[in-house]
Amino acid sequence: MVDPVVKPMSWGRYPRLAQHVVGMSDRHAALPLPTEGSVLPYGLGRSYGDSCLNGGGTLIATRGLDRFISFDKESGEIACEAGVSLAEIIEVALPHGWFLPVTPGTKFVTLGGAIANDVHGKNHHREGTFGCHVKSFELLRSDGTRLACSPETNADHFAATIGGLGLTGLVTMATLQLKRVASAFLGGQSIKFGGLDEFFELSAESAASHEYVVSWIDCLGSGETLGRGHFLRANILSAEEAAGRKQRKALPLTVPVMPPVSLVNHLTLKAFNAAYYNRQSPRVAEKIWDVDSFHYPLDAIANWNRIYGPRGFLQYQVVVPTADQRDVSEALLEEIARSGKGSFLVVLKVFGDRPSPGLLSFPMPGTTLALDFPILGDETFKLLDRLDAIVMEAKGRIYPAKDARMSPASFARGYPNLETFRKFVDPRMNSSFARRVMERA
Amino acid sequence: MSRVMIFGATSAIAQEAARSFAKDGASFFLVARNQTALADIAADLKVRGAQSVATHIADLSDLDSLSGLCDKGRAALGGIDVALIAHGILPDQKACETSVDATLGALRVNALSPAALMIRLGEILVAQGSGSLVVISSVAGDRGRPSNYVYGASKALLSVMGEGMAFALGRAGVNVLVVKPGFVDTPMTAEFPKGALWASAKSVGEEIAAAVRKGKRGIIYAPFWWRFIMLIIRFAPGFIVSKI
Repeated sequence: MVDPVVKPMSWGRYPRLAQHVVGMSDRHAALPLPTEGSVLPYGLGRSYGDSCLNGGGTLIATRGLDRFISFDKESGEIACEAGVSLAEIIEVALPHGWFLPVTPGTKFVTLGGAIANDVHGKNHHREGTFGCHVKSFELLRSDGTRLACSPETNADHFAATIGGLGLTGLVTMATLQLKRVASAFLGGQSIKFGGLDEFFELSAESAASHEYVVSWIDCLGSGETLGRGHFLRANILSAEEAAGRKQRKALPLTVPVMPPVSLVNHLTLKAFNAAYYNRQSPRVAEKIWDVDSFHYPLDAIANWNRIYGPRGFLQYQVVVPTADQRDVSEALLEEIARSGKGSFLVVLKVFGDRPSPGLLSFPMPGTTLALDFPILGDETFKLLDRLDAIVMEAKGRIYPAKDARMSPASFARGYPNLETFRKFVDPRMNSSFARRVMERA
Repeated sequence: MSRVMIFGATSAIAQEAARSFAKDGASFFLVARNQTALADIAADLKVRGAQSVATHIADLSDLDSLSGLCDKGRAALGGIDVALIAHGILPDQKACETSVDATLGALRVNALSPAALMIRLGEILVAQGSGSLVVISSVAGDRGRPSNYVYGASKALLSVMGEGMAFALGRAGVNVLVVKPGFVDTPMTAEFPKGALWASAKSVGEEIAAAVRKGKRGIIYAPFWWRFIMLIIRFAPGFIVSKI
């Protein structure tokens, strides 16, 4: 009949690029390759920048690969096609007492996307990255070969594909080891802290006692209040502790239309950050959450990315190594506070030392900082360049899944395995991100 | 726990309806042509909660085999609570315009085959005194358009037959339901923003399952507001319809 017009975008709504879309819904079929040009797998488009885009080329939409293959309710091993979303996995697994071993801050990503970005979550200090729990997957290359990959078989392709940004071929299906949970609820504390020293003390003390740890930082705090925030830590409740609790049905909230300008500006930021910091008066508040309100608070608001207005936004996430983590975090926060820019939700977390399995995996031992910036023109990009310089100096790295602007040099410095990785890139796969930062001069 | 029989089980809408039934722990007898696709769907439904899934490979344009197929499904499930007829093709209208064979071929798959199934399944359900018989038609059957009248005609047959059967079999406690979807997106591109007239196969499939659970009979549009669009189109003068 009529074909719908589709305009794929990344979550940051920047950059806007023209590209073709072909769908794939049969994992046994050949890759739908156009006669010329490059292709890139595209799942739910939750990468923020241009790593999920292929301007001038073709995207292979993978959401049609949405079938479960098997689920062993005894062992917690689940196999599904790569276009299945994490939300769908939770829906199937949680009623049987299984949950994602590692989850990012949104469940609206595909399994393939979680692998391609080797995503991490609030339990990184315990469980490492998502890729640590991937037992195997099938990699379909543009020449038609299908590689069964696992830490034992085709281990080199396995390592290249985890965190490989979709460039090594298309993951058709994967097997994941889920995690046993006693309930769908979490209990813990929200602790107000006044600065970075306190943050690092709390992090060190909570690493052993709490499975999930994350902090919100007031990005406008400076001087006395620099690095103040709320420290969240939680464990999954036992069946007894959770008895009688019902998961709350979320209200259908949405940002229904695109506002003409960004709603995030200096005034709203200041008001929000002050209100958020002071939302609890005691230093420690005991809390109980359900899975959605703890892990996915932003998923409750559909299209929240629209609040940044038509020009979109840049998400920025970096990690700095353990050695100088305190001072470098301080330097980054100072630079951000000075600019008066930044976002409502600035997140700080100490990563653990479990090695990431991917050649281009982002997490490494150290501290990670994530925040978004409305795009206000050149000054936004210049601010991020200044932050990059601080991160590079400290031998840190920038997260490709969130990036739309880092320099090729920053990428090469942050990812020393890049040269090895190149050998595994599929000759027909490419992305706007790869062309921007990986092409050799 | 309901016993669900689906013809054309690999169609996107049927798959989504089946997923919705699977969540309630339904048992399935699935019929389609493509063995691999059918096996994939069976595995998927099991993980999503289906109690059991039997599959049967068949060419549904083989009209003589259809009654036997219905009996086989009934025997396998031990009765039928829901029978969903979802197979169909989008014929090449241009080819049909100059070929009697192409036109008859399209009508055989899209109209005669479902009609044969409806008669036999109707008999089975009436004898049982319960159950829902669901046939997927289309808004395209509400008015003849220059660009797809062969497809439209096949769907018109299903709509009229289903509507009549809904009245007739309702007396026997059987719900016959005709579903007329509007523009349905493929699952591949369902997440992309697009025009307001597009609905996902998932939402249409879930609407079908919900209508069955409520025991609805007669004609439903999916989404419901297509009823109003089609009301206008049905009353639109010919010179307008000739252009759409």
